[in-house]
Amino acid sequence: MDFTLSKEHEMARSLFKEFAEKEVKPLAQEVDETETFPRATVEKMAKSGFLGIPVPKEYGGQGCDPLTYAMCVEELSKVCGTTGVIVSAHTSLCCDPIQTYGTEEQKQKYLIPLAKGEKLGAFGLTEPGAGTDAQGQQTKAVLDGDEWVLNGSKCFITNGKEADVYVIFAITGVVEKRGRLTKEISAFIVEKGTPGFTFGTKENKMGIRGSSTYELIFTDCRIPKENLLGQQGKGFAIAMHTLDGGRIGIAAQALGLAEGALETTIEYVKERKQFGRAIGAFQNTQFQLADMATKVEAAKMLVYKAAMKKAEYATNPKVSYSVEAAMAKLYAAEVAMEVTTKAVQLHGGYGYIREYDVERMMRDAKITEIYEGTSEVQRMVISGALLK
Amino acid sequence: MKIVVCIKQVPDTKGGVKFNPDGTLDRGAMLTIMNPDDKAGLEAALRLKDQYGAEVTVLTMGLPKAEEVLREAMAMGADKGILVTDRVLGGADTWATSTTLAGALRNIDYDLIITGRQAIDGDTAQVGPQISEHLDIPVISYAQDIKVEGDSVIVERQYEDRYHVVKAKMPCLITALSELNEPRYMTPGGIFDAYKEEITVWGRADLKDVDDANLGLKGSPTKIAKASDKVRKGAGEKVTLDPDEAVSYIVDKLKEKHVI
Repeated sequence: MDFTLSKEHEMARSLFKEFAEKEVKPLAQEVDETETFPRATVEKMAKSGFLGIPVPKEYGGQGCDPLTYAMCVEELSKVCGTTGVIVSAHTSLCCDPIQTYGTEEQKQKYLIPLAKGEKLGAFGLTEPGAGTDAQGQQTKAVLDGDEWVLNGSKCFITNGKEADVYVIFAITGVVEKRGRLTKEISAFIVEKGTPGFTFGTKENKMGIRGSSTYELIFTDCRIPKENLLGQQGKGFAIAMHTLDGGRIGIAAQALGLAEGALETTIEYVKERKQFGRAIGAFQNTQFQLADMATKVEAAKMLVYKAAMKKAEYATNPKVSYSVEAAMAKLYAAEVAMEVTTKAVQLHGGYGYIREYDVERMMRDAKITEIYEGTSEVQRMVISGALLK
Repeated sequence: MKIVVCIKQVPDTKGGVKFNPDGTLDRGAMLTIMNPDDKAGLEAALRLKDQYGAEVTVLTMGLPKAEEVLREAMAMGADKGILVTDRVLGGADTWATSTTLAGALRNIDYDLIITGRQAIDGDTAQVGPQISEHLDIPVISYAQDIKVEGDSVIVERQYEDRYHVVKAKMPCLITALSELNEPRYMTPGGIFDAYKEEITVWGRADLKDVDDANLGLKGSPTKIAKASDKVRKGAGEKVTLDPDEAVSYIVDKLKEKHVI
């Protein structure tokens, strides 16, 4: 087992780190404070190819592996959780399902501009009554001639109002499965600006405040028949497969937040003096830091392993990375929450003040335990595989 | 159009500076970056490539580790990389460096050579103009803007309070200022591609029309008496006074320090 990163991955990390330090970090506090979507940063990321890292070159992407992509989200999230999730939702939840399930026409029309960063992507599965229970969907799609007619709403959608292309899930019928009636769910590609597609409430969030989180509303929204993504009725499988990949992105975001908080705290405890000594000279501080660093390293191993397993899937579709992704997300998210909380504690009163980055990092970290499958869902996925 | 950009891997001054006992830099022990003026020169070449179409070759002399800076340049968009490395070339001053690079450039077909104005480790600003002398081509230094017109370049040459517009027929050499542009980032895919490419590696034997007496430490007329890291200045003193008071305050201070 080789834990050494290749020279390519090391250089990619130095690129993401330099970009994050120069372009993202200086804006992080303002983005959070004013709930501003960092549009200019997104444009710069598009120019540098950050919005299509794992997409093949023939579809406008960079043709890199999932590990490179995870490292990008990690480095961005070290300085700004908002910027990390913008890339993650766009790449994992919109580019990936179109790349995996899209027709050649759909890839030409949607994947290429998405991977080039000319367009931004989003994913709409969650509804007010259907979070963890994705079967609780209410949004319906009915085929009328050459068009699907969508009615319903989606909530908590990342990149909500800022995206151009949306992968949306809706009920297309009811089927009998093992003697029970279940909803048949299908996936669709919906473009911003389609008549009948509007935005509802903008969520006022605890963290990742610059991320544009909106309710999407579909009222007799007609989309072309050919915008069905994958086979009709396979929507649930598409959603679950997409979320497996998404979890690697969120795990990388959580890892980045934990690393960012740890690095910030290491600097702080060397400077901050109490009782005539830097607080880093106290054994409590040292032991806390040791525990934080060890957990961060363990989280990193799980995240990178999941990303590498996804790379295996690219050459052999029989490989599943579902459990690895769930473990990475579960652990990295809980580590992010624990490490950012300890970071605030080690900063003392200053950690509770908005000017200090760890305050934002702690708020940003909480969502990683919730979205794209709560920690409880990850435990269900992992134990489900154990007891199969 | 064929453009060669001379680049240098320099110590990242943020990472601290380390010296060999002979006073030269211990390059192997330091974090490194692409010299900022050279990076601007590379960006200028890549913009000419985007605008007019060009083949961009990056050339460097250094330790085998300097290959990294060539890969970085290729990940930004350069087409080819050439590394000149040989023990006998080590410890070179500007004279030996320019002799070496000119020896390499004589093997390459070029219309335009771009170098950075100066490197942040030596700060001499001599290598670029010296190369042009060795190759007997025109040089325009301190370029703040570069345009191509037919077989000529039109360059804004920066001065302290103005700039001159200078036209030169190619082949010629331009030295670039870091203010010339904002260099692009590498792309992730570009990095992986750059590592798939072959880097051409040349040694002493590959240099054309050069004399051993002008190479390496032995061929360097510059002798380093002493080298040290820069001494950090304190915060200084800030005073707010009326102009008349300020003048006498400054004069007193200068007298106190025996400057006047």
